Amino acid sequence: MKESEPGMTLIVKTITRLTVGLILLFGIYIVLHGHLTPGGGFAGGVIIALSFVHLMLAFGRELALKKISQARASIIESLGALMFLFIAVLGFSGGYFFFNFFVNKGRPFHLFSAGIIPLCNIAISLKVGAGLFAIFAALILFRSNGKEE
Amino acid sequence: MELNILLLFMIFSAIVAVQLEDLLSSVIAVGAVGLGLSLAFLVLKAPDLAITQLVVEILCLIILIRATIKKDLPFSTSGRWVFNTMSTLAFIAVFLFFAYFALRELPRFGAPIMRVAQEYVTNGLKKTGATNLVAAIILDYRGYDTLGEATILFTAVIGVLAVIRKIGRIKNERV
Repeated sequence: MKESEPGMTLIVKTITRLTVGLILLFGIYIVLHGHLTPGGGFAGGVIIALSFVHLMLAFGRELALKKISQARASIIESLGALMFLFIAVLGFSGGYFFFNFFVNKGRPFHLFSAGIIPLCNIAISLKVGAGLFAIFAALILFRSNGKEE
Repeated sequence: MELNILLLFMIFSAIVAVQLEDLLSSVIAVGAVGLGLSLAFLVLKAPDLAITQLVVEILCLIILIRATIKKDLPFSTSGRWVFNTMSTLAFIAVFLFFAYFALRELPRFGAPIMRVAQEYVTNGLKKTGATNLVAAIILDYRGYDTLGEATILFTAVIGVLAVIRKIGRIKNERV
């Protein structure tokens, strides 16, 4: 292994390569099943952010920022917030803010049920995940910038 | 029983975190408090909160460790310690005095007043179709509260990115 390679040792990199996809998948599962099992948008979003933080810690910041740059993370976060507000405003079609406007709520214990709740979970997870990753990336970039000066 | 052990463990870890002089060890002791809190939520049958607490705790721990590693700040113990200790004890006494009267009025632990919650528990599944009642409450009945929380997080992220951004920062030598 070359000395100039960024990130941690080969052991950490190999384990990360195996686990990071599973962590991301688990976060998506927690988000999508938020209305059926414990979890939800907030916890799932943080797990998704943690998978990218994991990547950044093991492989160095260039590789993680190539996947999602800080500007793109900010855009995704704003999109999540706007999507949440948009779902809330769509409730006016049924009468009031945050109205669960689906007439057919679906059968309980099925993935496509509960009206707007899964959509809200997805919006919140985008917002939380991208926001926390943006904060972490900003802190890392701030530290490394301070070192160069 | 388990809850009392967990609470004692958390109080012990918090005291350890305050008393340790090494900053990194102190951060890890704070992490022990958070993980104890997550277990306490699990014992109290609140798995949603337990998952969220665990995940946020890990993220905070990573950020704090990154922030404090190799930065051993000297611990200052000089100064007016008699006055500081006395004022702390006085404030604790005042707090306990008022807390005695305030906490006496609370409903007993494990016996809540089910005035609003009864409606959610009986009609929640039928009205929202969500089998996780916590999700039904935070995203349907109490959507406004969740919108407020989301706004808080959004404002916090904007604040952090504005303070430590890369573009537009004035270099030291130019000032």
